[in-house]
Amino acid sequence: MAKGISRRFWGKLVHVLVLTTFTILLAFPFYWMLITSFKQNLDLYTMENNPFLFNTKPTLDHVKFLFTETRFVRWLGNTAFVGVVVVAITLVLAVPAAYSLARLSGRWGERLGIGIFLTYLVPPTLLFIPLSRVVAYLGLQDSLWALILVYPTFTVPFSIWLLMGFFKSIPKELEDAAMVDGLTRFGAFVKLVIPISVSGILTVVIFTFTLVTQEFVYALTFISSESNQMIGTGIPIFLVRGDVYYWGALMAACLIASLPIAFMYNLFLDRFIAGFTVGAVK
Amino acid sequence: MALASNKIKSIGAAQSPLLGAAMFSPAVLYILLLVGGPFFLAIFYAFSDARIGNAEMHFVGLENFRSILQSPSFRVAIRNSFIFTICSQIVVTVGANILAISLEKTFRGRGLIRFLILLPWVAPIALGAIGWKWILDSIYSVITWALVAVHIYKPFSAPMWLGEPRLAIASVLLVHSWRLMPFSTVILLAGRTAIPKDIPEAAAVDGAGFWRTQLQIVIPMMRPIISVAVLFGLIFTFTDMTVVYILTAGGPFDSTQTLPSLAFALGIQGSDLAAGAAISLFLVPLLVIIAYFMLRVAHRAEVN
Repeated sequence: MAKGISRRFWGKLVHVLVLTTFTILLAFPFYWMLITSFKQNLDLYTMENNPFLFNTKPTLDHVKFLFTETRFVRWLGNTAFVGVVVVAITLVLAVPAAYSLARLSGRWGERLGIGIFLTYLVPPTLLFIPLSRVVAYLGLQDSLWALILVYPTFTVPFSIWLLMGFFKSIPKELEDAAMVDGLTRFGAFVKLVIPISVSGILTVVIFTFTLVTQEFVYALTFISSESNQMIGTGIPIFLVRGDVYYWGALMAACLIASLPIAFMYNLFLDRFIAGFTVGAVK
Repeated sequence: MALASNKIKSIGAAQSPLLGAAMFSPAVLYILLLVGGPFFLAIFYAFSDARIGNAEMHFVGLENFRSILQSPSFRVAIRNSFIFTICSQIVVTVGANILAISLEKTFRGRGLIRFLILLPWVAPIALGAIGWKWILDSIYSVITWALVAVHIYKPFSAPMWLGEPRLAIASVLLVHSWRLMPFSTVILLAGRTAIPKDIPEAAAVDGAGFWRTQLQIVIPMMRPIISVAVLFGLIFTFTDMTVVYILTAGGPFDSTQTLPSLAFALGIQGSDLAAGAAISLFLVPLLVIIAYFMLRVAHRAEVN
């Protein structure tokens, strides 16, 4: 009996230790952003100071600097703008396509669906060189419209895939009944299927938006001027002046931009994962 | 009555190929134009002498590939790409399995712990990488400070984490593993919750200990889901250039370049589109292999 208890105790202790270690390792950079954001420069750049503590009073200077002396707010605005437009384009392209592949096109619709999913595996690092020429040809260099044109290449395939699974889970009988009542197939799709798919569509909205905020390669390749940057490129490229880093402001920017995105993504995570697992989990 | 139900069935089964095609063709057309088109353009450039700012282009055969294969920085890049991809997947898979086991049962504060653990994956990687750049700073690194504080190094004699080739490679590897572990963990966690509870319980009743149950029953049952996590992980690491670009920009002396970052350095920064395209094409064979295995996993799941 005593052996059983001590065994359970050790099991619990190991559990707590493992979780604590991993949590600290994984979350540490964000804790470090937080503490750096509020430290005075004198404190940050005095090597004798214990970096884990506030050796001088906390300050809001870095945050103020970020919002008043840099284009940070502009970059947030650019990112939100591109995000919203790309979400709209993605919905227009992906919702009907997913419904069609899930319902209307039979066996080869499924194959086409898998084909579209595979295009999600084609990475930006393979396409950015030819696309830079396409963007130049269209006269969209250094324009947010270049990103709006290109970002659906990775948001549409995955969204179609997610929505296909969602539409398949809606019982066919619902649409059949509506069609018996006189609606056309397309009418049933618009008036019946879309309204009951709001949560699936919302998942795609959030997923698309977070993908846009996380993108780096295309923004780096197509956008050059400071005022047209997205947050993912503006922060690492334009908050660094020469070799001097404004670490306080830089960390504040990273934290302020990361947290809302992380929070949104986290809310819908389980559904994105359902898309990744491709039926390997039943 | 029988007639009515027959009619309903026939409507449900009727596929409307025309409407179907009209609904998916905009998306398919877009993908063909902006994924398929550029892909073939990349192949085309790789056999040409295309440069930024020069409208003329000629066919040069295998010239680009010949000069790439002779360049030392390309050999380093391809070696690094494989080191980063394979080593980080080993670290990630071991770590994620342990984490998934610890997160499986519910406990107080699990939601918060999950949020903290997921941060590296859900926050933009460009921003997370800047956080690491500060942690690994040549002068003000907190790691250096801690190592000096416990007298492993004397002040000012600690190594520069991103300034020496081997340490820089280890640093990039660390950040890749850090970034992907949460992703792998949630996928494995989804796999665990799908295993019927009575199977591990029956094993426990039969006297199998915790580790034996995990290693001989649960983990083998999770093979398809572990493959999914690993396959995505391989793709995400192999094709990523953000981590390297931000941490080291390929340096010191090109020692941390990967295929994508070298393609960017030559193709965009160096204006040599042809060389950049040729380098990025070296990503394709591995992508094809991974796609093949993904289809196999998906197909098996369908058959079962």
